[in-house]
Amino acid sequence: MTGPVEDLLRDLAPQVLGVLARRSGDFALAEDAVQEALLAAAVHWPQDGVPDNPRGWLLQVATRKLTDQWRGEAARRRREDATAAEPPPGEVPAQDDTLVVLFLCCHPALSAASAIALTLRAVGGLTTAEIARAFLVPESTMAQRISRAKQTVKKAGSTFAMPGPDEWAARLRSVLHVLYLIFNEGYTSSFGGELHRTELSGEAIRLARAVHAQLPEDAEVAGLLALMLLTDARRPARTGPDGELVPLERQDRSRWDTALITEGVDLVVAATARGAIGEYQLQASIAALHDDALHAEDTDWPQILALYRLLERMTDNPVVSLNCAVAAAMVHGPETGLALVAELEPRLPGHHRTAAVRAHLHEKAGNAAEAVEHYRIAAARTTSTPERRYLLDQAARLAHLGDGS
Amino acid sequence: MAKFLLLMNYGGTTNCDTPMDQWSPEDVRNHIDFQQALGKELADNGELVDAQGLAAPELAVNVVFTGTGTPVVTDGPFPESKELLAGYWMVDTTRERALEIAARASAAPGPGGVPIGQRIEVRELMSAPAATDL
Repeated sequence: MTGPVEDLLRDLAPQVLGVLARRSGDFALAEDAVQEALLAAAVHWPQDGVPDNPRGWLLQVATRKLTDQWRGEAARRRREDATAAEPPPGEVPAQDDTLVVLFLCCHPALSAASAIALTLRAVGGLTTAEIARAFLVPESTMAQRISRAKQTVKKAGSTFAMPGPDEWAARLRSVLHVLYLIFNEGYTSSFGGELHRTELSGEAIRLARAVHAQLPEDAEVAGLLALMLLTDARRPARTGPDGELVPLERQDRSRWDTALITEGVDLVVAATARGAIGEYQLQASIAALHDDALHAEDTDWPQILALYRLLERMTDNPVVSLNCAVAAAMVHGPETGLALVAELEPRLPGHHRTAAVRAHLHEKAGNAAEAVEHYRIAAARTTSTPERRYLLDQAARLAHLGDGS
Repeated sequence: MAKFLLLMNYGGTTNCDTPMDQWSPEDVRNHIDFQQALGKELADNGELVDAQGLAAPELAVNVVFTGTGTPVVTDGPFPESKELLAGYWMVDTTRERALEIAARASAAPGPGGVPIGQRIEVRELMSAPAATDL
């Protein structure tokens, strides 16, 4: 499935699911029925043309599938009667349930892996086979994960409604986190070989856009969307001709996507103007400063350092502290950075990034032998094939320059 | 989330020196039931990518390319058959959960229902880097 029909189906999937789940009161069964309706549409629409009221068509087919499922369960006859009494589909309120479905899929009772899978299926409208392929697991594994996730949501007694005001902020945070994880997965993942799985990051951007459309005033939603766009803008320059990693400072910046950068910068500027400061917004501001620099040496490192310090205070995340050390090194010199890395190392024991940063800073300080040593340590610790290759290349390059061996 | 291989060798049991072909039929059945239940649990959770047992070491051969002529093929049994792989699980989950599964697998029952304390080697599969640029 590709092209306009697919885009339309993906947009309509959560809306139709929302209506059906609300009517039936059974998210799990409604989700199955909508999947069947989507598959039917994927077969019929490209042949017969898109119906005049595609949403009504999907809802009608999904309702029929749902009724079929109920008929199959004799013990649930009473509910079947209740369905028969429902108003016929077609008079669908114009309300967009995308957000309600998303909140349900990111229920706190679910593990991150389950929330991701359920979100991609129920909100993203991806088939189980597509999700399985994206995560490189057998289809049966993904089917079981989704089925288990639906049972968990059901058992948690979740009703198909927006969470109450006391729960709302926390739930929105987990929605944003799930979208962030999907984006990251798509941006980086795959077995050994190619670095990008555009499908997943594209999907995360699409979903973040949908949430932003529903909550245009929320600064963190805008911040996350901006962060995704500003990161995605560098995709074309992030890998070399043989699929190898190209670090930020050596990327060909003429290959960055300026349209995405403009959109991302506008979003983060507008969000910051509204006053609230959040983690995604800060990360997006940092990404914007990188994307703003025409050449690596034009990067506004003092400003990036200030933002990382703010982020460090807000999150207490050692990886943020590590990035802070890199920024400090760019402003005050590699020795400052190395001292900061030594300070934070107990919080990140055995982490490959610590070794990689240390190697990089030693190289900048002109300590080739130490740099080689730490590049090798980092290479041994990373679980990423392209990154291991990059780190080994750096070690080999430096070792052959002269005194390091 | 990442993929992990949980590897089990023939040797490496802490609490059981008796080879399985000398266990009582009931003990063997309990052991197999345990393994099947564990496999089903992992499958039901949507964590199991694959699990396989390997054919006996008697069927193993080693192949070495020597640089010239035909490669050298050595038949088993090998003196170090305890070091040979008996089987594996591949799971797609968090590191913490992979260790938990390995601990469960290690506690599979042996003679008299005593957990055999099998050593399980946990290896993460290579994947891709985090989104942060280097």
